[in-house]
Amino acid sequence: MLKNRIIPCLDVKDGRVVKGINFVELKDAGDPVEQAKLYSDSGADEICFLDITASNENRETIIEIIRKTAKKCFVPLTVGGGVRTIQNITDLLLAGADKVSINTAAVKNIDFVKEASKKFGSQCIVVAIDAKKVSENKWVVFTHGGRNKTGIDAVEFAKKVEENGAGEILLTSMDKDGTKSGYDIDLLKTITNSTNIPVIASGGVGTLDHLYDGIVKGGASAVLAASIFHYGEYKIKDAKEYLNSKNVSVRL
Amino acid sequence: MNVTIVDYQSGNISSVINSFTEIAKGKVNLEVTSDIKKIKFSDKIVLPGQGSFKSCLDSLNNINGLVDTLKEFAITNKKPLLGICVGLQMFADIGYEEAETKGLGWISGKVSKIDNQKGKFKLPHIGWNEIEIQKKSKIFKDIKNKSHMYFVHSYEFIPEDKSIISATTDYSSKIVCAVEKDNLFGTQFHPEKSDKIGLKVIDNFLKL
Repeated sequence: MLKNRIIPCLDVKDGRVVKGINFVELKDAGDPVEQAKLYSDSGADEICFLDITASNENRETIIEIIRKTAKKCFVPLTVGGGVRTIQNITDLLLAGADKVSINTAAVKNIDFVKEASKKFGSQCIVVAIDAKKVSENKWVVFTHGGRNKTGIDAVEFAKKVEENGAGEILLTSMDKDGTKSGYDIDLLKTITNSTNIPVIASGGVGTLDHLYDGIVKGGASAVLAASIFHYGEYKIKDAKEYLNSKNVSVRL
Repeated sequence: MNVTIVDYQSGNISSVINSFTEIAKGKVNLEVTSDIKKIKFSDKIVLPGQGSFKSCLDSLNNINGLVDTLKEFAITNKKPLLGICVGLQMFADIGYEEAETKGLGWISGKVSKIDNQKGKFKLPHIGWNEIEIQKKSKIFKDIKNKSHMYFVHSYEFIPEDKSIISATTDYSSKIVCAVEKDNLFGTQFHPEKSDKIGLKVIDNFLKL
């Protein structure tokens, strides 16, 4: 039976982890390579890096981080943030990323998703959709890290990225992100019911119950969380044991 | 020992290189190349594969003499070869991804899309799934039945001779996820991304 995945996400800015884990075992809490290794050793099913570096000049730093991490972590690595061109993808994959996540560039030009999935295979193309609720059962897509509203319907867009070859959707609720009040379950349910590719839930996790809700109520194939793991409130192992105790199948 | 990872300019093989490098350290001489001479003089070959069945076969066929050299290595000389993901699928006679495409024809069978029971199962089949060991295989030495491996694929290899199947995994049906036929080994899952247990599969192959 296919297991539900737990994916910790590391936000990286100019080569440093922004929201870091404060574990005593870490020599340098800001070092993304060390943090990724700790996560993979503790049973993370995949690791996600989100590069929030603003300037283009610093893109080399994330590549270097991936290169070092990929030599130490033997679970899938996904990298997102600023993926705009085929060359960006090539660089990240050559450095050792297994998947890239495309956000703004997919909204601007859906053909980019098509071209990328044709060239590299759907298995490594994730489209990150940032959605915000506008009325009952209606969500629109935001870009540029949630700063720009597009007016594009999130459900329609999700179907479109599937048609164009995306292998997975990373779905973030802008309303819930950072609130620790749980995923937007209605949004998740609507998107997982309207598409046939796996959906990774993101945005709003504050407790282990929220992970359960994302999988069981929302239909997500994987759950992504940042702060509950970073600040040491829970370890990956806690999350897995909790889910397992509630009959959600995970890789133990 | 000389082990070659065949780099035929298709898909992303960085993770395969990283994991084999980690295990080979100081023990095995690892080459990443499509150089036919080097392949000929290897002791073992790893054939990775990402992207579609068609794109992988097209890339292999694009390199002059490569398919013949691999065939001589694996079929005539019966030296150990490990196919990973589409690398395994290419052993088949025929595949149906993108367009009907002729495979290497080393193991009779076809590669078809997983029957996802009208959307009941999401595709691609992505994530960690348990393997059910069907027969003793050299690459599964010290690997427990029901171990978790990392998968990412939408197509499955259906061999005619079921006796070559060394493991299956359950996703809508029993999907073939490992084969062993004499010197030919293949895994549908990615040992290079399957954490310590996956590295063990690689170690077993290198120790053959």
